[in-house]
Amino acid sequence: MIHITTVSRRGFLGKMFSAGALVLGARALPAAQAASAAWAPNVYLGIETDGTVILVTHRSEMGTGIRSVLPTLLAEELEADWSRVKLEQAIGDEKYGSQNTDGSCSIRDFYDTMREAGASARLMLERAAAARWRVPAAGCKAQNHFIVHTATGRKLGFGELAAAAKQQAVPKKDELSLKTPAEFRYIGKEMPTIDRDALCTGRGVFGMDAKVPGMVYASIERSPVFGGTLKSFDDSAAKKIKGVQQTIVIDPFKPPHLFQALGGVAVIADNTWSAIEGRKALKVEWNSGENAGFDSAAYRKELHEAARRPQKVVRNIGDVDAEFRRAAKTHEADYYVPLLSHAPMEPPVAVAEFKDGKVIAHAPTQNPQAVQEAVSSALGIAKKDVICHVTLLGGGFGRKSKPDHVVEAALLSKKAGKPVKVVWSREEDLRFDYYHAAAAMHMKAAMDARGRPTAWLHRSVFPTIGSTFDASARYGQEFEMGMGWVDLPFDIPNHRAENGPAKNPVRIGWMRAVANIYHAYAIHSFVDELARAANRDTVEYLLDVIGPARRINIEPEGMKYWNNTQPQEKFPVDTGRLRRVIELAAEKSGWAKKKPGNGRALGIAAHRSFLTYVAAVVEVEVGANGQIRIPRVDIAVDAGVTINPDRVRSQFEGASVFGTSIALLGEITAANGRIQQSNFHNYQVARMHQAPYQTHVHVVASQAPPAGVGEPGVPPIAPAICNAIHAATGKRIRELPLKNHKLA
Amino acid sequence: MIRLTVNSAPRQFDGDPDMPLLWYLRDFIDLTGSKFGCGMGLCGACTVHLNGQPTRSCVTAMKAAAGKNVVTIEGLSANGDHPVQKAWKECNVPQCGYCQSGQIMQAVALLKQKPKPTDQDIDSAMQGVICRCGTYQRIRKAIKQAAGVTA
Repeated sequence: MIHITTVSRRGFLGKMFSAGALVLGARALPAAQAASAAWAPNVYLGIETDGTVILVTHRSEMGTGIRSVLPTLLAEELEADWSRVKLEQAIGDEKYGSQNTDGSCSIRDFYDTMREAGASARLMLERAAAARWRVPAAGCKAQNHFIVHTATGRKLGFGELAAAAKQQAVPKKDELSLKTPAEFRYIGKEMPTIDRDALCTGRGVFGMDAKVPGMVYASIERSPVFGGTLKSFDDSAAKKIKGVQQTIVIDPFKPPHLFQALGGVAVIADNTWSAIEGRKALKVEWNSGENAGFDSAAYRKELHEAARRPQKVVRNIGDVDAEFRRAAKTHEADYYVPLLSHAPMEPPVAVAEFKDGKVIAHAPTQNPQAVQEAVSSALGIAKKDVICHVTLLGGGFGRKSKPDHVVEAALLSKKAGKPVKVVWSREEDLRFDYYHAAAAMHMKAAMDARGRPTAWLHRSVFPTIGSTFDASARYGQEFEMGMGWVDLPFDIPNHRAENGPAKNPVRIGWMRAVANIYHAYAIHSFVDELARAANRDTVEYLLDVIGPARRINIEPEGMKYWNNTQPQEKFPVDTGRLRRVIELAAEKSGWAKKKPGNGRALGIAAHRSFLTYVAAVVEVEVGANGQIRIPRVDIAVDAGVTINPDRVRSQFEGASVFGTSIALLGEITAANGRIQQSNFHNYQVARMHQAPYQTHVHVVASQAPPAGVGEPGVPPIAPAICNAIHAATGKRIRELPLKNHKLA
Repeated sequence: MIRLTVNSAPRQFDGDPDMPLLWYLRDFIDLTGSKFGCGMGLCGACTVHLNGQPTRSCVTAMKAAAGKNVVTIEGLSANGDHPVQKAWKECNVPQCGYCQSGQIMQAVALLKQKPKPTDQDIDSAMQGVICRCGTYQRIRKAIKQAAGVTA
């Protein structure tokens, strides 16, 4: 439900718009809340008297292009001249609604809102022009930043009409006329991003680049074991380092850890280098606590063993056990994905100034309202007294929706009495991440004479992201189960999913595509295993297992299906769309023609996530000494309506590389509770020569409601790579990453 | 006292001679286009030209930059119109953009040395600069476009 109204320019909007400007606010609220909710606008557009159209954007830019794509929608319906649109980045404020740029939902959630806001302003301008000319409004049409009287050709600019348009009543929703797709001039067109030129000249301002007068720099020594506490420290050597000003102790967090600061000893200095050198010179002793025994090899064994035992049933259709007893043929396999780190190129960093009971922060955050909440609770001040300016993000991938680094800066500023910039080193980033969960998955199927599954068991054991919010949480949350696991749209009469408990010996957090990563890896590796066992082509087999085109109502017994928070009526699980992307990827990759040989072969995987359907065919080449090259990836995508084809392609090109890193290289390990990786030499991510040489993105033209784009490209990549490797070498990879396996 | 030239301007520095050039550029003279990504010369986000050579400024001590000529992304061209920057824009290379200063400085150095690079040349020159967003294929395309070689 969307309400649009004129907004007083007083308050925080006062600085952005001049007095004569037309300012429109729009709010999008779930229907149930709309009636009772307080005024909560979440997007704004203004038209200055000089004709400049200003959009306040409330979502964070971390590389998806969202800062550019949202104003495209507005400019479209407003019939604005793109070159006269200006963008203002919003501070954190609940009046915008959710600002959490996470879950691939910015376009999904704001497509209608932005268009209706633009169309409302357009109609108000048309009505203002009609009044000026004393003609019927129906004869006045917006055209490229002007209102034109079609009968006479007279025209007035948006700026000339702004003051008069402001006096018009805000139209009701049923008075609006949205453009038809044939009328689009921006939607569906390739538009350069607003930040493109700045990013090619070093002028983009990231969190790492934020600077305020009087700012000092902090580097923090934290417990090497999660949950460890400070026993003692000696800062005498640190204080002798030139530029070091003081040391400050940050108290340990109280469970659940949420987005609290981890605690530790901070060295404050007058530049970053001195702070880092000072930290290295600290002598600190820790009480290690209950995670001191964490060993990732033993942990993997524990998860595997749990996955081999009966566990809590989370989806149940038919009678899997009876079918397993009856079937002539069954097949089993165990898969594992290790802990992974986000490793955005810009490590966590934040500037905060505590002054007069308020905090002003500058941070590369995916969620400025989470900054407000975490900082306010850490400092005991009101949420409204935390002002969070959002910089560009040097990569996010989910890491930067957790604002612990901003909390650190705020706590330190309060104690130091000056603005503080906290800079995490790469070592800290890799050792103190909210890691992507490790997961063990046990798969078992019974097959009929043609090798088609008649029963399917998928047991999954992983530490839950829920442990961030409830220290005792051991089982998967509804959203983790709904990520390509309990919503698996296979046409199999007996189907059971089970979830086993796991502890979190480190912080666990969502990373680009989240639980879809391990679910898709296990499911599509196993499908390929079954197809091979049946001596059938994997594409043909996969389509057979998915079954005919249909809409499936996923409501597992005793469990509500998450569906990315969206109603299944609007975003159904549609096997027709899944089939279509598989067929498209197969066609574009030349699946039917390219036969394995000379170490080269294709692999496929297809997965619905973030309400988007994706199939990937990966071609791999395994050299004589086992080295892997990926000459080509074909990704077919049905994300519903897409706005900027170039930015859609770029997200899937990037996902192809991100997925390659997961498949080939990514692994966080621990011994004695300590993370063993420290920098890009031992936590490797794909470099140019390891990344797919070409990723071809094939976008299905669709009028379905817009779905996710940022994340859904990731899940099919790792299983498609492993399936290709099996086709090329006969080696089945059941534990990631590939760097741990000998392929020659 | 360490004297050096940064983007054609003479500079002096009397701090810790072991401090990496990156932190001097960023914290002392506010040239923040060169980025911190690893501090070990592993990711290339900090790449600048030192006497024309692509150099990881995060592991180059100020004393090693003494008397030398430093060019950062800010000094590469007056209007962001270096042929490599133009190609970068035309190919819409950046996603988050954090690594792109380093990518561009590395690519410019490559093309100075090899005006018509092969795929192999591009791989070996560019593999030291990590892009976590995964813009590699557009980087390759932009380098070829700037060089006027066909894919």
